[in-house]
Amino acid sequence: MRYLAVYRSPETGKPPTEQEMTDMGRLIQDMTNAGVLLATEGCQPTAKGFRVRRTGDSITVKDGPFTEAKEVIGGFAIFQVKSKEEAVEWTKRFLRVAGDGESEVRLIHEMP
Amino acid sequence: MSDTHRAIEAVWRIESAKVIAGLTRLTRDVGLAEDLAQDALVAALERWPESGIPDNPGAWLMATAKHRAIDHARRNKVLDRKHEQLGAELDDEQTTPETALAESMDDQIGDDLLRLVFIACHPVLNTEARVALTLRLLGGLTTEEIARAFLVPVATMAQRIVRAKRTLSEAHVPFEVPRGPDLEARVASVLQVIYLIFNEGYTATAGDDWIRPSLCDEAMRLGRIVGGLMPNESETHGLVALMEIQASRLHARVGPSGEPILLLDQNRARWDYVLIRHALAALDRVQQLGGALGPYGLQAAIAACHAEAPSAAATDWIRIAALYDALAQLAPSPVVELNRAVAVAMAFGPEAGLEIVDELRHEKSLDSYHLLPAVRGDLLAKLGRHDEARAEFTRAAALTQNARERDLLLARAASSGASPGDGPAAA
Repeated sequence: MRYLAVYRSPETGKPPTEQEMTDMGRLIQDMTNAGVLLATEGCQPTAKGFRVRRTGDSITVKDGPFTEAKEVIGGFAIFQVKSKEEAVEWTKRFLRVAGDGESEVRLIHEMP
Repeated sequence: MSDTHRAIEAVWRIESAKVIAGLTRLTRDVGLAEDLAQDALVAALERWPESGIPDNPGAWLMATAKHRAIDHARRNKVLDRKHEQLGAELDDEQTTPETALAESMDDQIGDDLLRLVFIACHPVLNTEARVALTLRLLGGLTTEEIARAFLVPVATMAQRIVRAKRTLSEAHVPFEVPRGPDLEARVASVLQVIYLIFNEGYTATAGDDWIRPSLCDEAMRLGRIVGGLMPNESETHGLVALMEIQASRLHARVGPSGEPILLLDQNRARWDYVLIRHALAALDRVQQLGGALGPYGLQAAIAACHAEAPSAAATDWIRIAALYDALAQLAPSPVVELNRAVAVAMAFGPEAGLEIVDELRHEKSLDSYHLLPAVRGDLLAKLGRHDEARAEFTRAAALTQNARERDLLLARAASSGASPGDGPAAA
């Protein structure tokens, strides 16, 4: 089974410290070496992003930064595990390194 | 099973191989190491439901298992030098706080895991035992799961594992990474075991029991682990890429009524592009490492040609034919030769392919291989030699074990006869 984890946290505008980068690099290495991690990326500030919304016939584009949002998407990961509990365990390990915030973890729909 | 039990099981899956590897280094006995690790798991199942799961569960399991190891050594009053040494080492570590222990473990754990990989796939064991031990020690699967996956009674599998551990112990197999001239063959043995596990799952994906197809996931996970442990061994990444691209087609290769769908007829939108992307990254590592591609790397490169082609018609057959050429020289086999014939036919025309196939007609090992007449029939049909094509399709239909494939081949045989190019009127 595969899960998509999307991490949301307050946008501080501060780049990660060297220690944080090292810790995250180590975790990613751990997850890769455990054969679990299929894909992961981190996001740039919301100032460089945008939101697109469709309502009825109209589609509107709103450029970042998303100042009104309490927490914004910081990155994602796709991992392959054997159970929901295994996904929980990896997500806890991620959050310990990533800092305050929330991961939304969703079971990926597999083709029959 | 309670939520905590399932959570502990998940921790076990993540940590068990590392714990067993670390304990094997200390005890020099993989069987004892596994027993001690199991004891630690039992202790966790008793303690964690109340205390909660510790922040570093791997270190907890390791520390607990080490305490059991001391008890074991003392209980048995083993006085040989090795155990005295072990006792001293363990006493030292008893005074070490858990976190420091975890850190010292981390530094060594990669080496220990790799040694465990080589023990599980040691040539002193037969292939079945290697497969079972690899899934048990490295995959963290239970004996019941392995038995179900390989369709044998649990008692049989349990015995196989016990016997394998005894064999290792009696042969005094050292806990080490092979060096020098041995290394290549030993790596090949590890990769072969992983690919066997993959194929066991791959051929079983139509079954009802989820555990057999899940062997594909298990093999890919093991492949990635070994790739991480031996980052400079090009073939480990080649094997990972090969398995992932093959697995990416799992859902596209069978039709709604269970009929097999050939690669070129598959709906490419149903391929798994997360796996393909991961595989292409693994193949990039192979390229970065340089040197000539090995058998897995070559097969992966061939599979990647298909994976990257937006449609069957856009396939780079000239490159595929060249890769098969290299594969045929490196690891010659009649089946590789037959595949090369198909690629050559697609790249340079059916006549060129038929020449290779005709060389194979007296190959004894292909006598009952239905794909030989099936391929020959296809090439003959393309050349307008329909009578011969019909005979080949009929022969192939008689040889295949798969009922749906037989239907398809018989249909091709029938349509060969009906072709307007067949009769003298066309001449």
